[in-house]
Amino acid sequence: MFQSVSTNRKPILLLSLLSIATALPLLLSPALGHAEDNVLNVYSYRQAFLIEPLLKAYEVKTGTKVQAVFANKGLLQRLQAEGQNSPADVVLTADVNQIAEFQDENLLQSITSPTLMTNIPPQYRDPGNMWTGLTMRARAIYAHKERVKPGEVTTYEDLAKPHMKGRVCTRSGKHPYNVSLLASMIAAKGEAAAQAWAEGVKSNLARRPQGNDRAQVKAIKEGECDVSLGNSYYFGKMLTNDKKPEEKEWAASVNIIFPNQDDRGTHVNVSAAAITKSAPHYDEAVKFLEFLSSDEAQAMYAAADFEYPLKDGVAVDPLVASWGTFKADDRNLSDIVAQHGNASKMMDTVGFDH
Amino acid sequence: MTRTLQHPEPPLYTANEPKGFKTLKFDVWAFGTVVIAALIAMPIFWVVGLALNSSGDIWAHLVDTVLARLALTTVLLMAGVGFGTFVLGTGTAWLVTMCRFPGKRIFEWAMLIPMAVPAYVIAYVYTDLLEYSGPVQGLIRETFGFTNGSQYWFFEIRSLGGAITMMTLVLYPYVYLLARAAFLEQSICVLEASRTLGKGPWESFFKVALPLARPSIAVGVSLVMMETLNDFGTVDFFAVATFTAGIFDVWLNMNSPSGAAQLACMMLLFVIVLIALERYGRRKQKFHNTTTHNRALPGFKLSAPWAALAFLACAVPVALGFGVPAWVLGSYALNFYEETLAADFWTFTFNSLLLAGLAAAITIVLGVFLAYSLRLGQVRWINGVTRFAALGYAVPGAVLAIGILMYLGWLDNTIDGWARGHIGISTGLIFSGTVIAVTFGYVVRFLSLSFGSVESGLAKITANMDGAARTLGAGPMSTLKRIHLPMLKGSIMTAALLVFVDCMKELPMTVVLRPFNFETLATFVHQYASDELLPEAALAALAIVAAGIIPVVLLSITIAHARAGHTQHVDAAPQHIPTPVQEVSP
Repeated sequence: MFQSVSTNRKPILLLSLLSIATALPLLLSPALGHAEDNVLNVYSYRQAFLIEPLLKAYEVKTGTKVQAVFANKGLLQRLQAEGQNSPADVVLTADVNQIAEFQDENLLQSITSPTLMTNIPPQYRDPGNMWTGLTMRARAIYAHKERVKPGEVTTYEDLAKPHMKGRVCTRSGKHPYNVSLLASMIAAKGEAAAQAWAEGVKSNLARRPQGNDRAQVKAIKEGECDVSLGNSYYFGKMLTNDKKPEEKEWAASVNIIFPNQDDRGTHVNVSAAAITKSAPHYDEAVKFLEFLSSDEAQAMYAAADFEYPLKDGVAVDPLVASWGTFKADDRNLSDIVAQHGNASKMMDTVGFDH
Repeated sequence: MTRTLQHPEPPLYTANEPKGFKTLKFDVWAFGTVVIAALIAMPIFWVVGLALNSSGDIWAHLVDTVLARLALTTVLLMAGVGFGTFVLGTGTAWLVTMCRFPGKRIFEWAMLIPMAVPAYVIAYVYTDLLEYSGPVQGLIRETFGFTNGSQYWFFEIRSLGGAITMMTLVLYPYVYLLARAAFLEQSICVLEASRTLGKGPWESFFKVALPLARPSIAVGVSLVMMETLNDFGTVDFFAVATFTAGIFDVWLNMNSPSGAAQLACMMLLFVIVLIALERYGRRKQKFHNTTTHNRALPGFKLSAPWAALAFLACAVPVALGFGVPAWVLGSYALNFYEETLAADFWTFTFNSLLLAGLAAAITIVLGVFLAYSLRLGQVRWINGVTRFAALGYAVPGAVLAIGILMYLGWLDNTIDGWARGHIGISTGLIFSGTVIAVTFGYVVRFLSLSFGSVESGLAKITANMDGAARTLGAGPMSTLKRIHLPMLKGSIMTAALLVFVDCMKELPMTVVLRPFNFETLATFVHQYASDELLPEAALAALAIVAAGIIPVVLLSITIAHARAGHTQHVDAAPQHIPTPVQEVSP
C-alpha cells in the first residue's frame, strides 16, 4: 500500500515547482518597476471601472505610464506602513472624509498649482491646499411621482416629520453617504437637532435600512415606500442602464428632489485627490491633478459617471442638466469632515439600523 | 481500533534515544517550528501591537450603544451556521459514505461544489430572487392579486436568518469534506462489531462513527465558525450588524484602526477560548485504528422511501448552494460577458490560479511540517507556539492585511535603512506591494486550514506505526516520508483543496496587498459587486466557481482511492474472511 501511493506525490511536487518557476518573474517585477522614471503611481479608493478611462487618457496624452492599486479600504495603512519608500504619488478617494484621514495622519504634502486653484472653487479645496475635490454629487431625495404630492417633501427635515410615517427607505445609516449627511446636519443645526432628526427619520422608515441607493428606488417602484435618500448620479445611471432595463423603470417611477433650496442648500460631497508626502514623482503628480481638473477630464467624469464637474464652464451631462440646477450647501467641506466621527456615533446612539 | 482513555503516550522522538543526549543535538524540527511559527505569527503580533494604542472614548461609546447587540448577533450567527453546517455536512457525508442510493456516486463529489461559490455572491443572487421586488414575490403578488407586502407573509432575506442560510449553504462542504474523510478512514470492522453487538444503524452512527469522527468534525465546524466570524461581504450586504461589521465601522467611520484592532483581538480571544474548550472536551481521548483490516465499505442498502429521502437530503443543498447561483450567474453572464472579456479576463484568471496554487503548495509543506513536529512532541511549548501561528484564520482578512502591511513595511524600511547606512544604497521596498506579500498573506491566513486538516489526519494514525518504524531504525523524516505521508494523502489533498478554493475567493487581503495594475478574478468581481453590480462581473464570478470545481472533482477521486482497502482487486479476497480486530494499543 505504501509504495503504490507514495509515487503519486511527485505530481504535487512537480506542480509546486512549476508554479514557483512561473511566479518568479512576477515576484521580481515590482523591483524592476522602480527603475523607471516616466511613471506615476496612484492609490485609489474609487473603483477601477470609473478611474481607468481617465488614467488611459492621461497615458495617451503624456506618454507617462500610470500604475494603480484600487481598494475600498486599507490604502491609508499601506501608505503609512510603506513610509518614505512608498511608490505612491497620488491618492484618489471617493469622498472628502477619506481624504481628510490621510491629512490627519500627516501623509500628504501641499499641492502648488495655480492651474488647480483656478479650476476648482475654494469651498471644494482644502484651505491649506493639501487636497482638492474633483467632482461633486448631491445627496438627493427620490420621491414617487404620484404618491408624493408636489411640495410634500422639499427638505431633509421633511423626512423626519409625522406625515412621512412608514414611507421612507434608505441604505444603512452607517454608510459614509448617510453619515456625511448627518454630519452636515450637525454642522448646520447642532447636535440636539441633528439627533432628533435622525430619530425622526428612523421612526418613519418603511423597512430596516438595507441595500444601496439604487435598491431604495427599486423599493419605491415596487410600492414598499414613497421616498428615499440617494446620490444624484444614481438617477442618471439607472435611467441609462440598457443592460438592465428594469432599472430604467425604477427610475422612471420617481422624481429627483434637491432638498433645502430655500435655506442652506442640498448636501453635497466630492471625490477628492491629493499628493503623498513621500511622492517619488511630485511634478508628474501635479501635472496629473491638473489634468483631472481640466476641461477634458472633467467632461469625461461628467459623461461617465453623471457627477457634477467642479470646474466652471464644463457642461454637465445633458441628462443631468435636465434635472435642473440646484443650490448646494456651500459650507466648507472641512466643517462637515470635522463632525464625521460624531455623526457616526450618533447613528449608533439612535440605533438607526436596528 | 482503540479509544484509549487516560493513557498518555510517551513522546515518540525520544523513544530510542538515551536521556540527556537530545539536549545537545540540534533539533531541526523544534528549530524549524519556531522559525515558521514566528514568521507566520508576526502579522498577528503587529495587530496586537496596534491594539495597544489608545482608541479614545470608542469603547465607552460601543459599550453604551451597540456592543451587546453586536456580540449577540455574532454568537447567534456562529451558532446557527455552526449547527447548520454540522447537520448538513455530517449527515450528507454519512449518507454518501455508508449508504447506497441513486446518485450516490455523483453526490460524493458534487456535495463539495457549493464551497466554490463565494458567500457574497450567493447572498447577492438570493436577494435578487427573494426580496420584495424580486421575481418570486412578484409572482406571488401577481398570482394572488396582492398589491403590497402587508397582505401576505414572506421571509425577509436580508436578515440574520438569511445570513445563516446563505453561509450554511456555501460552508457546509468544509464539514462534509472532513467528516467524509474521517468516515472513510474508519475501519468497517468497528462498525460491524457495533452491529454484531446488537446496535442498529442509527445507534452505530451516533455511538460509534460520530464520536470517532469528532476530531475531524470539530476541525470542520471550527473552520466554518471562523469563516463566519470573519465574513464581512455577506453581513454588510444583509445589513446584519456583527462583530466584524463593528470592526470595520470603528476603523472606517470612526477613523480608529487601533480601536478596530482592539475589537479584532477581543474576537481572537473568543476564538481561542472556543477552540480550547473543544480540545478540553476530548482531552483524554485518542482516536485511531489499530487494525490494518480495511476493505471497501459495503454500504447500507436503503429501501425506496429512505433512498428517496437520502437523495433529497443531498440534492437540495447542492441545488441551492450551487445550482441556483450558477444558473442566475449564467443568465447574467449571457448579458454581460463582453465587459468581462474586454477587461483582461485571462490575465485575471492566470493571476488567481497562480496565487492560489502557490499558496496551497506552501501551506501544505508548512502544515505537514508543523503538524508532524507537534506529533514528535519533543518540546512541550511548541504546541502553544504552533497553535498561535495558526490563528490567522480567526482574524478578519482586512485586519490581518493591516498587520501584514505594517510588518512588511517595517521589514522593508529596516533593510533599507541598514543598506543606506552601511553600503550607501537604497533597497526600497522589497516585499511590500508584491506578489510575495499577497502570497505571504494567504499563507498566514490559511495555514490553519492545512495544519488542522493534516493534524486531524495524523491523529487517526496510531502511534504504533511510528513505534514500529522507529524500532526498525527509521528516523523521523524517513518515517514521515514512508509511513505518514502516504497515509495522509487524503488529508493533504483536502488541505490543498481548502486553501486553493479559499485563495481563489479571497478578497480583502488581495485588494490591499497587491502590486500595481494587478487584478485577480475576485478583485475584479468585487469592484462591481461592492456597488451591487454583480451582473457586470458574472462571468468572472462563474470562473471562480469553475476553478473551484476542478480540484473538487480531483480531490474527491483521490479521497475515495486513498482509502485503505479501496482498490477492487485487492479487497476482493478479504471481504469474505472475517478478521479479528487486533488490539495492540498500550
